[in-house]
Amino acid sequence: MSRYLMIDFGSTFTKLTAIDTETEDIIATANSFTTVATDITVGYENALRELYSKIGKEIKFDKIIGCSSAAGGLKMAAVGLVDELTLEAAKRVCLGAGAKVELAFSHHLTSDDIKSIIDKKIDIILLAGGTDGGNSECVLFNQRKLAESGLKTPVVYAGNKNCADEIRAIAEEYGMDEYICGNVMPKLNVLKVDEARDKIREIFLKNIIEAKGIKKIEREIDKVILPTPEAVLHAAELLSKGYMHESGLGEIVLVDIGGATTDFYSMCSASAKRSDVILKGLEEPYAKRTVEGDLGMRYSALGVLGALTAEEIRVYDEDEGVDLEKELLFRHEHVDNIPTNEHEEQIDRIMGQICVDKSIERHVGKMEEMYTPMGLVYYQYGKDLSQIRYVIGTGGVLVRSKHPYEILKKVEYDMSKPLELRPRRPGYMLDADYILAAMGLLSEIDPLLALKIMKKHIKPINN
Amino acid sequence: MKTIVIGVIGADVHAVGNKIIEYVLKKEGYNVVNIGVLSSQEDFINAAIETNADMILVSSLYGHGEIDCRGMREKCVEAGIGDIPMLVGGNIVVGKQDFDEVRERFIKMGFNRAYPPGTPIEKTLPDIKEILGE
Repeated sequence: MSRYLMIDFGSTFTKLTAIDTETEDIIATANSFTTVATDITVGYENALRELYSKIGKEIKFDKIIGCSSAAGGLKMAAVGLVDELTLEAAKRVCLGAGAKVELAFSHHLTSDDIKSIIDKKIDIILLAGGTDGGNSECVLFNQRKLAESGLKTPVVYAGNKNCADEIRAIAEEYGMDEYICGNVMPKLNVLKVDEARDKIREIFLKNIIEAKGIKKIEREIDKVILPTPEAVLHAAELLSKGYMHESGLGEIVLVDIGGATTDFYSMCSASAKRSDVILKGLEEPYAKRTVEGDLGMRYSALGVLGALTAEEIRVYDEDEGVDLEKELLFRHEHVDNIPTNEHEEQIDRIMGQICVDKSIERHVGKMEEMYTPMGLVYYQYGKDLSQIRYVIGTGGVLVRSKHPYEILKKVEYDMSKPLELRPRRPGYMLDADYILAAMGLLSEIDPLLALKIMKKHIKPINN
Repeated sequence: MKTIVIGVIGADVHAVGNKIIEYVLKKEGYNVVNIGVLSSQEDFINAAIETNADMILVSSLYGHGEIDCRGMREKCVEAGIGDIPMLVGGNIVVGKQDFDEVRERFIKMGFNRAYPPGTPIEKTLPDIKEILGE
């Protein structure tokens, strides 16, 4: 019998999940405010005390591992050549590695671009451009631009392999912190994300964790192994696909509404699901994540407002009888607001609905009508989510809300947007115990156990 | 090795000639980037930029090539590859028209060469080699 402790250092809360391998279940969970600004161990020990008091005694853990999105998570800049090709590939790599793409640049970098990399305190730059044997002028220009600026930010080079030697030479000359790996797009329209993603994870562990004050905790625990969104991605993929004889849930989507961002994950094959469409654009992965930095319940409340048109705001105001602009402004200024009455619950529900609606709108595949000599045909860009079996929700607003179904229902097919390939009549489930990130971590040591616990604890919502 | 981007432009799905062109050009030692059927002008241009292509070879068999190709040279100029040689061939206009006139129209649109229906790729090879300075 073993006992494991999983830690999730979030931007607001440090969450602990204790697991028993014999009962194949969670012993207890606990959380406390993250104290990254001073000493992260304080928040961890507070949470640990709460955990022990819930269990009723102190226990010893055989393994303690953690993931982190504290201090703003992993912020990256993606650099590519053409928007739809290497830049898109670079963005996918960043998102798959659990990062937030703060900045994205195509073609030549300018001095202003470099300045915004500095201003935004980017953690890692992913430099791509050119297929193998293709364009090298642009990446070399960008490499020189980065070198001459004297930036100390780590750079992952994943562009045209033909100029890897020149890239290395420039990096050495200027003393850059640069890592060279395989091209994200070795051939046109072929994606190769693994090598660059693993390199990002390696740098995250080596540099970023130290910079964000999480290193201190490593005396107490075994390891911080993943950025939190990557842990959630692993958990969602496991829950969808299953493991060996233990079946999964099939094709699912997952939406995680946080205070600052809304993360959207889809687990489904990317093939066309109807015969009258032609797939266009880059190939899509089975496990896809997008993150919306402007959609969140508190820190990004103004972003939520910005995502709406004046007409949409008016419709919400009239239908719900609220002053949305005033309410969102208030929540932006009071990020620790937790709803205490019916009116505040209503506002949080509306905000949650908007986050869900806008985040799926940006994630979901879309069709484009095309008139040809053969008649009307459809081009499909992105993933068709119409056959999704379950929509799973997580994040404070959904867990606290009395109406999680009303919020999540916003993912569904909408007659006013007929060309978006949204889910049609899916089932709904809720991660009410916040276990997804912990299960992603657990899946690194015991995938079967992680899957069994998820199937037990992630429960259907009755509507 | 020189790189040539090939594909079938517009809403055209004729794939056979496209495969033959790929086969012959590869045998001739070119790096062929085949973007396939149903390709837009932007698909050709983006592919040419990323792969640092030396030439774009546009095919069209369904009669709408003239509409599909219009403005392509201007877009190349805008994308920074204004000097890239572009060749076009197939049933590139509606109906049976005098090909000298058709050729003239495509040259005016910025194509370096235009070939009438039924031209085998072997026949265009010497032109390709000449343009690429081989």
